[in-house]
Amino acid sequence: MIRALILFAMVVAATPVFSVQPGEQLPDPAQEARARRLSAELRCLVCQNQSIDDSDAALAGDLRRLVRERIKAGDDDAMIRAFLVSRYGEFVLLKPPFSSATLLLWGLPIGALMIGLFAASRLFSRQQPEDAPDPSAENEAPLELSEEEHDRIEALLAARDKAG
Amino acid sequence: MIVEAGHFALVLAFAVSLFQASVPLWGALRGDAVLARLASRAAIAQFLLVALAFAALTYAYLGSDFSVANVFQNSHSLKPLLYKWSGVWGNHEGSMLLWVLILALFGAAVAVFSRNLAEDVLGATLAVQAMIAAAFIAFLIFTSNPFVRMSEPPFEGRDLNPVLQDPGLAIHPPLLYLGYVGFSIVFSFAIAGLLLGRVDAAFARMVRPWTLVAWIALTLGIAMGSYWAYYELGWGGFWFWDPVENASLMPWLTGTALLHSAIVMEKRAALKTWTILLAILTFSLSLLGTFLVRSGVLTSVHAFAVDPERGLFILMILIVFIGGSFALFAARAGAMESGALFAPISREGALVFNNLFLSVATLAVLTGTLYPLLLEALTGAKISVGAPFFNLTVVPLMVPLFLAIPIGQKLAWKRGDLAGALSRLWVSAIAGLMGAALLVYSLRGGPVVALLGIALGLYLVLGALDDLLDRALRGGNAQILNRLFGIPRSLVAMTLAHAGVGLMVIGIAATAFETEKIISMKPGETTSLGAYSLTLEAIGPESGPNYHSIVARFSLRDGAGPIAELKPSKRVYTGRQMPTSEVARHRYGLSEIYLAIGETSEGGRADLRAYDKPFVLLIWLGPLLMSLAGLLSLSDRRIRVGAPHRRIRASTPQPAE
Repeated sequence: MIRALILFAMVVAATPVFSVQPGEQLPDPAQEARARRLSAELRCLVCQNQSIDDSDAALAGDLRRLVRERIKAGDDDAMIRAFLVSRYGEFVLLKPPFSSATLLLWGLPIGALMIGLFAASRLFSRQQPEDAPDPSAENEAPLELSEEEHDRIEALLAARDKAG
Repeated sequence: MIVEAGHFALVLAFAVSLFQASVPLWGALRGDAVLARLASRAAIAQFLLVALAFAALTYAYLGSDFSVANVFQNSHSLKPLLYKWSGVWGNHEGSMLLWVLILALFGAAVAVFSRNLAEDVLGATLAVQAMIAAAFIAFLIFTSNPFVRMSEPPFEGRDLNPVLQDPGLAIHPPLLYLGYVGFSIVFSFAIAGLLLGRVDAAFARMVRPWTLVAWIALTLGIAMGSYWAYYELGWGGFWFWDPVENASLMPWLTGTALLHSAIVMEKRAALKTWTILLAILTFSLSLLGTFLVRSGVLTSVHAFAVDPERGLFILMILIVFIGGSFALFAARAGAMESGALFAPISREGALVFNNLFLSVATLAVLTGTLYPLLLEALTGAKISVGAPFFNLTVVPLMVPLFLAIPIGQKLAWKRGDLAGALSRLWVSAIAGLMGAALLVYSLRGGPVVALLGIALGLYLVLGALDDLLDRALRGGNAQILNRLFGIPRSLVAMTLAHAGVGLMVIGIAATAFETEKIISMKPGETTSLGAYSLTLEAIGPESGPNYHSIVARFSLRDGAGPIAELKPSKRVYTGRQMPTSEVARHRYGLSEIYLAIGETSEGGRADLRAYDKPFVLLIWLGPLLMSLAGLLSLSDRRIRVGAPHRRIRASTPQPAE
């Protein structure tokens, strides 16, 4: 009896870790694949950093069904996104659109790569006096041993280890 | 009584760290060796005291002493022993105590293993380490004290969050902290170097093994966390670009860059300023990660603590340490002389390339993680930055980096021969593409991007192996084996680590070929999954020590007959009435069948989520190989000889290696 009660309690209790449910899926595999792809880019608004495709929250389920309804109604991806943004704001998009507010977000990595490449090229152009022989070569003690020297040292060390 | 002793030990550790942060530093700056030498003893004492405090809290957990508020809130008398023990750090206060313990551990380790360092360097380094310790012990005592008692002790505890009741909790946080707190000592070395004005090739030698230790632990910790999420969260994902994951990835990226730039500094005395900057940045990102996770500023899947007072305290620590170290860097960086010159196409050039891409990737992750927080704070606008953003920015940065790895490995120092390197590598590239095509064919088609991903991974693995072969064959065919075994360990380690990157890339690319099935089943029904078939045999209840579960029993068959029985289940933990899902997995080769059940209804139906994930284990075997390679490199004689390690007296007999 107690077992049955527990079983009942568990069945009724909210179930975690189940995002897309069997009944939700669209019969057309191509449409279903589209729904999955789109869902992965939409945020479950009540969750913390989860897409509606990954979330088991009730709201995520509602949004998944909504997305599928729109797909069945023949909307394209951009229309569905626009519809959701009009309802929930840009917060719903996990990939924020390019705008004045996200200028730095998208621009910083690209800008940093540019600046980095520029700085690296400066580093080399300052160092490279054309093809003239490297001026540092004479007055600089070699810090790195040659390949053969390495091999010899390793051999000597190995020999010593064996002896010791 | 023991709990109070632990509390007292923690307060004493605070006092010791204040002493260690001031007196030896004074000694180091004034050239007073006697005062500077005090740092070593203080560091060891501080570690012992923090260890005592940690042991006391562990004692309270193991004995289920619910008069301690922290134990009451996070433990349960029926919890299995392993989770009572790992539960010590499964909460905010305990995990901060672990943080401080590891901080003190690194200080003590340097005090013990680096006795041949110059006294002023050692004194100043340990003093800086103690400043960090003092700040965080104060944080513990004043805002997050794990030793607070309750006036009316309850009979039973509230239990640990069920998601955390897993062996993963016993391993993942300690490893992760060993990594990200481990970078503190590298930071302390860098600050000491700047303070004393001594940043040279010897500095790089002494810092490298510590960087490596922290890097190995962080690599393992992140991989372990990813593997844990894969089997615990129930939908088989392995990386979610969650802010908490990003917080650990950022120090890993800059730590990896540091590991590479320190080589240039050690061997060529170049990139000094940059290497110091990376050392400071890496630990700053660790601090930032601690702030993000511990302040509750992100409300993400991982964040359990929400308390502004704590957030402000850590923010202050963050501002003082990051601000202070950057100010010092700005003041002293100019004084460092630039090192040896090198051509763009050279080993150094390749390592600069590595550093550039790793740093930009770090910046992309940092921007994406902080942007929504800052934008909301400044303008009130709420936006989300999730996985699609990070995939779009970080992945394109990794591709050129990965393509360059085998090339960089073949370039000589100072001036390399690009044509020569490429002339050998095209074999690996073609072989990689052919192998990928073959694999994709056997996995029944898939997107072109995934094919290229697998080809990239194979190219990395083959390129790495080819490097070893090349070295063995150099100078004729005689004594190939001798030469192969004569290759220095650090070089073998480098190629293995790079092969590990390749394995991971293959594993990630292969996720494009997984088969997924979401279906509702009745006992007796059968469904197909790729080349396999799954039959639901029965559904029934089962009980564990502190939970009840519903277990679905599936039998897995291939064409030849039954191969495994799989029992995914749903659990409800009695303490918190919180349900979790326990997945069932069947491994074949490097691939896995993965089952999770969801809703079970009165009609005896169960919702099933089933996956066939080809080569999925490579995602974690790759990083595992990278960490093992790190250990191999750490064991290399050349590193150890130059490393801060006590001289072994010639008279003591040494066992052969």
